[in-house]
Amino acid sequence: MSNRPTPGRLLLMAYVYLVLIFVLAPIVVILPMAFSEPDYLTFPPEGFTFDWFGAFFGNSRWMAASVFSLKIAVLTSVVTVVVGTMATYALMRGAGRLGTLFQGLLIAPIVVPHIALAVALYLFFRQTGLSGTVTGYVMAHAIIAMPFVVFTVAAALSSVDATLEDAAMSCGASRFDAFRLVTLPLILPNVLSGGLFAFILSFDEPVISFFLAGIRDKTLPRMMFDNIEQNLTPVIPAIAVLLTGISIFVLVSAAILRRMAQSRSMPAKEA
Amino acid sequence: MSLSSFMQPDGRNLSKAGITLLMAPFFMLIGIAFLYPLISLLSISVTEPELGFQNYERILDTPVYGKVLLRTLWIALLVSILSLFLAFPVAMAMVSSGGAMAVFITACILLPFWSSVLVRTAAWAVLLQRNGIVNDLLQAIGIIDAPVRLLYTQGAVVVAMTHVLMPFMVLPIYGALRNIPQDYGRAAAICGAGPLRGFIEVTLPLAMPGVLGGFILVFLTALGYFITPALLGSPQEMMIATLISQQLREFLDWPFAAALVGVLTLFVTAITLVFSRVFRFDRMLGGQV
Repeated sequence: MSNRPTPGRLLLMAYVYLVLIFVLAPIVVILPMAFSEPDYLTFPPEGFTFDWFGAFFGNSRWMAASVFSLKIAVLTSVVTVVVGTMATYALMRGAGRLGTLFQGLLIAPIVVPHIALAVALYLFFRQTGLSGTVTGYVMAHAIIAMPFVVFTVAAALSSVDATLEDAAMSCGASRFDAFRLVTLPLILPNVLSGGLFAFILSFDEPVISFFLAGIRDKTLPRMMFDNIEQNLTPVIPAIAVLLTGISIFVLVSAAILRRMAQSRSMPAKEA
Repeated sequence: MSLSSFMQPDGRNLSKAGITLLMAPFFMLIGIAFLYPLISLLSISVTEPELGFQNYERILDTPVYGKVLLRTLWIALLVSILSLFLAFPVAMAMVSSGGAMAVFITACILLPFWSSVLVRTAAWAVLLQRNGIVNDLLQAIGIIDAPVRLLYTQGAVVVAMTHVLMPFMVLPIYGALRNIPQDYGRAAAICGAGPLRGFIEVTLPLAMPGVLGGFILVFLTALGYFITPALLGSPQEMMIATLISQQLREFLDWPFAAALVGVLTLFVTAITLVFSRVFRFDRMLGGQV
């Protein structure tokens, strides 16, 4: 078989390029509008200005929402990583029947639609006074992000030889020290990349943000939702430029962390 | 629900007490912020305003609500089918192209995956507006004479949801296709099968678990989708999620909204259980974990 492209192959690639245009077009179209002068969205953009970035950074409500969302996202990723790593470690060290229950409950929030979780939490938080609080959002976002962190950490743990901990413990280390000094450094890149995913999931999360928002404290996604619904100004493309920048940064960091993880861990069993 | 072998315990085991202690925070979190709120919401649907299933009967007896359920099913199905037709060739190209090309396609598929759903929805609002690019384009090639209303229609919702959910279809199909040894295609060719027959009789059946997994994932996500229908859809043609939001926020009808959540959740859970064998979440994430 030669590598010369067959007609079928050419047809496939033409189709794939069309699909990629469909995938990328909306993003490519909206980003330049951040620099457009009129206060409505047109394509192609008219004029050139940084005013909309100024409108975003200079507006106290946008800033408050951004800080609020950042705070929630950072706490979500910390909580998810700590709670998730603890539970995953237990799972991989003989959890038995408790592990089966853990796996079932872990998957449940992926299956149950976000709208259902959002409405349930809306009711629960109203009763408990957690509506619009950082604690409320962090709990909700941690539930959603948990499976992603657990999958990432479990993948790393499964490639770490458990006898290394044995060796450490027979040299006198406690179980905790063996984990902290031997296993944790080996899985750290995956733990961190899990944390990054949790951060992004929380920072971008629109549905729960929509229902849980208090009157004063709104998250960034909720503010964006209101803007899109009401007047759709070029502040949205400006935020899109900033978010895309952050996303690319996070994706690249996660990829680098994963590369580090691969080069560090032993070429253990392949799934 | 089966997870892959990496979820199986191995290595030196912890004591029962140690395991309980380490898992306790997770169980507390999921109990407080997931199980309890969901169960109390569902219990409202059968206890208020009085004990019984009258909230559920109201959904079934009112034609408007029945229509919303059917429309939701139809849109979710349409989005899944469209996603499949867009995603399968892309997954094939990812497997068969080498090096830089494969990386480029993967990046194109993954970048929107991680960019805000709200941003992408806003982009569609701009593209589809009356004086937007899509209208200009349709006029330029002569399909329409004057700008037509594209925004706030079912079509807008279907297109934008397909755009958002399609990557979820690519990854499991890619995972399945990647595991098919290339020898199989060659063997089929040697036995006299043309490329089409080789595809239909060898590649497609072997890719089926990925196709089914991706299809169900997109279908279930689409069923409960809120943001896109809320921002791009028509208020006269609601989906179940937008109906739930309306019942809650405009009519403050908790028991009825709870019943709608109940219908959605039970339906989604039932489908998941039926297909639990093909529904492997670790693979949904691209099989790379």
